[in-house]
Amino acid sequence: MCTDTIINRHLFQGKYGLLNMDEQKIIQVEQLKYEYPQSDGHLALNNLSVSINAGEWVAIIGHNGSGKSTFAKSLNGLLDLQSGSVMIDDLPLALDTVWSIRKKIGMVFQNPDNQFVGATVEDDVAFGLENQGVPRPEMIERVQEAVKRVGMLDYLKREPSRLSGGQKQRVALAGIIAQQPEILILDEATSMLDPKGREEVLATIHKLKQETNMTVLSITHDIDEAASADRIIILDNGQVYDQGTPADIFAYGQRLLDLGLDVPYPEKLKAALNKLQIEMPTDYLTTERMVDYLWTLHSKM
Amino acid sequence: MNKLILGRYIPGDSILHRMDPRAKLLASFYYIGIIFLARTWQAYALLLVFTLVLIGISKIKLDFFIKGVKPLLWLILFTVLLQIFFTRGGHVYWQWGFLSLTQYGLINGAYIFMRFVLIIFMSTLLTLTTPPLSLADAIESILKPLKVVHFPVYEVALMLSIALRFVPTLMDETTKIMDAQRARGVDFGEGNLFQQMKAIVPILIPLFVSSFNRADDLATAMEARGYQGGEGRSKYRILKWRTKDTVAFILMGLLTIALIFLR
Repeated sequence: MCTDTIINRHLFQGKYGLLNMDEQKIIQVEQLKYEYPQSDGHLALNNLSVSINAGEWVAIIGHNGSGKSTFAKSLNGLLDLQSGSVMIDDLPLALDTVWSIRKKIGMVFQNPDNQFVGATVEDDVAFGLENQGVPRPEMIERVQEAVKRVGMLDYLKREPSRLSGGQKQRVALAGIIAQQPEILILDEATSMLDPKGREEVLATIHKLKQETNMTVLSITHDIDEAASADRIIILDNGQVYDQGTPADIFAYGQRLLDLGLDVPYPEKLKAALNKLQIEMPTDYLTTERMVDYLWTLHSKM
Repeated sequence: MNKLILGRYIPGDSILHRMDPRAKLLASFYYIGIIFLARTWQAYALLLVFTLVLIGISKIKLDFFIKGVKPLLWLILFTVLLQIFFTRGGHVYWQWGFLSLTQYGLINGAYIFMRFVLIIFMSTLLTLTTPPLSLADAIESILKPLKVVHFPVYEVALMLSIALRFVPTLMDETTKIMDAQRARGVDFGEGNLFQQMKAIVPILIPLFVSSFNRADDLATAMEARGYQGGEGRSKYRILKWRTKDTVAFILMGLLTIALIFLR
């Protein structure tokens, strides 16, 4: 049996070897199981297995209680898993590796206020560096650089009470950039923001993604945020329900609604136009691109 | 409520603002200690001039200091009156039963009054020229020797700074909860004392619950960012002891000598 698996592995590598060289798996979880205390046997994660490539942007969507946030928190050991294994950048999550893994993962949470530790913007950005014992001269440089990247340099000495929600989330992002992790996890990071704040934060994330090519994992309710991902994973009852590109997933229409999720407006429009036998592109269109497509459509005919 | 805790620090660029908070904290405490050395009116005059000069240097209006005295006015009056009527000795101006108005009584009353005013002015000067966070840093630095007896200095300092950081957040929340209760018809500040106290309960309970939730979230966020307690942490904010801080202590020493001569 032992030789069998070895042969299988060789075959597998022979077949997918080239692919694997390009796409190094940075997150690999297998058969995660988690049950919250006092939940009467309901599993928040039920044999969940997911793998994510380095540099990929993955959105995880699902209705409330589908296990999205639990999944995010299990990746850096914020929850004690009942069973299953987590590999981050070839490092298995265990008691003695948890702090090295937390260095590799930066996490932005939902509530802008409840993750702002420092008394001012610069203090908060420095918090993670202080924890790692980074020497002060280097710390000052990295704080400046990170704050500049999120466009908050003018607010360096501001207290959190004088910042908007979007600004606070950008400071949280700066705190993560300063730590230079490989993976960025957004745990519903834009869900408590007003539309303008959400736009600011998403634009900052896009910019960072381009500059650093971090792996981004966004747990979200916001369909527009999910639409910018390379791949969408739908969770339901602690399991992967389906996955695919945003265009594939949004094409489900009614099925998404049944899962308690919403389809972005351009996709609804596209489906309606398709019904009228008007040909539409298959890839995902943002509102702007949809408008552009529509007003140039007529001139082509 | 906002003014009470927050509106204290007044940003400025005077030499007092720029002093090391440790020096300011220690010097203020020392000054309050040596006020009790003064026994003559010359000594009090010297202290008053010294304090007024410091206030002048801080470039903060005297109004703020007088406002600082106001909340304690009744306590001061009560103490002063006790001194005036119960101290005996010297020339007796007036007597009725056990109450008497004597020369020493009046002098002692005046001294006590001066002491109160000087202490309040000095502590107000400290809080007006030092941001709360710097004070927290100063306390941490001063407590550092206690690490020898395993006192968790870093943790206490972090607690202090988080507490200060959350004051405005919790204030906002209190206002929101009060508005929500008002919308449901609760009257705050009306009725007798018992009714007013009862109206506070529906504010405190939600505030308590949300504070616990916040604490939980904050702890998770801190752990995710690699917080493992005070050991092995480096510091972003550091305090710098400069010549002017040493000068402040030399001044305090000279003042002490002058006060001893004026006894």
